[in-house]
Amino acid sequence: MDKKSAARVVVVTSGKGGVGKTTTTAALGAALAQGGDKVAVIDFDVGLRNLDLVLGAERRVVFDLINVIHGVAKLPQALIRDKRLETLYLLPASQTRDKDALTEDGVAKVIAELRTRFDWIICDSPAGIERGATLAMRHADAAIIVTNPEVSSVRDSDRIIGLLDSKTEKAERGECVDKQLLITRYHPWRAARGEMLSIDDVLEILSIPLLGIIPESEEVLRASNLGSPVTLNNASSAPARAYFDAARRLTGETVPMQVPSESRRILDKLFGRKAA
Amino acid sequence: MNPFSLFRRGSAPIARERLQILLAHERNAQNQPDLLGILREEILALISRHVCFDPEKVQIKMDRGKSVSTLAVDIEIPNSAPVVLQRAV
Repeated sequence: MDKKSAARVVVVTSGKGGVGKTTTTAALGAALAQGGDKVAVIDFDVGLRNLDLVLGAERRVVFDLINVIHGVAKLPQALIRDKRLETLYLLPASQTRDKDALTEDGVAKVIAELRTRFDWIICDSPAGIERGATLAMRHADAAIIVTNPEVSSVRDSDRIIGLLDSKTEKAERGECVDKQLLITRYHPWRAARGEMLSIDDVLEILSIPLLGIIPESEEVLRASNLGSPVTLNNASSAPARAYFDAARRLTGETVPMQVPSESRRILDKLFGRKAA
Repeated sequence: MNPFSLFRRGSAPIARERLQILLAHERNAQNQPDLLGILREEILALISRHVCFDPEKVQIKMDRGKSVSTLAVDIEIPNSAPVVLQRAV
C-alpha cells in the first residue's frame, strides 16, 4: 500500500491509570485501519504490557520494542500483523524488562522508521509521568488525552497537558502538540442528574478541543474479554460508533458531536414494557 | 436509605468548583517556587533564632482559596523556653 501523506504520530495518554488508554488505542487503531490506512500501535507500558491482550495477539508476541531498541530484532520482525485487519500492526512492549530499558535515542529511531512505513503511529502511554509516559509522548504530532468525568482523572489530565506543552520534541522546537480530549466512561444520566461532571464542565476546566465522548458500555468489557477492539467486535454498538466518529475527526473530518443519551433509551424500554 | 438523599443536589457542581481552584494553583505552581513552603521555612528559622521550641509542637495549616490563600503557623512556645541569645555577626 502506498503512503498517501506524511505519517502522523499520536500519543494516547492520561496520567491516571484505568481510564481507557489501551482500549482507546486499540479501538481507534482498528477504526483507522478499517478505513484502509496503515496503522502501527505501540505499547509503551514496559513491564505491564496489555495492548497485545486487548488486541488478541498475546500468544503471538516474539520480539518487542525493547528488543528492537537494543538491536536484538529488526523492526519488521517485531511488528505483529492483526489477524483480522491486514493494515493494523502491533509493536508490543517487553513484559520482563522495566521502563529504564527504553532509551531516548532508541525510541527516536523506532519512531523514525515507523514513519516511513505507516500512515498512523499510535503510542499507548503507560499511566504516570515517568520515563515510559514521557517517551511515549516525546515524538507526538498529536495527543489524545483520555479522561473520565471524575476529579482525579481531570486533575491528572491537566498535568499531562502541561507536560505535552513542555517535554515533547514539538514543544522544545517552539511548536505545539495538537491536543484533543476524549471523554470515556461517560454516564449521560448521571451527568444529567448533576451526579457526574458534565462534558461542558470538563471542557471548561481543561480547555482543549473535544475529540469524542465514549459512553460507559458493557460492549467495551466484552470486546476486551474477547481480545478484539470494540470497533471491530461490535461496530454498531454505541462505544464503537463514538470511536469511529473520533477516528474521523482525527483525520480532520468535521463530524457532529453526538452526546450519548442512553438514559432515554432505558426510559423508553421501561415505559414500553409497562405499556405492553 | 436516607430519604433526604432523594432531594440532594448533585455533587458535580462541587467537583467542578474544587477542580477549578486546585488547578488554578497547580498551574501556577509549575512555573514558580513553592511560595508557601519558603514562607514556612523562613518563618520557622526566624522564630528559632529567638526562642527554642519543639519542632513537633508546630502546626502548619494551609487553605488554598479561589482568590486568597492562608498560611497559619501555630507554634507552641513554653513559657520556660530559653531565649536564644543572638550572637553578633
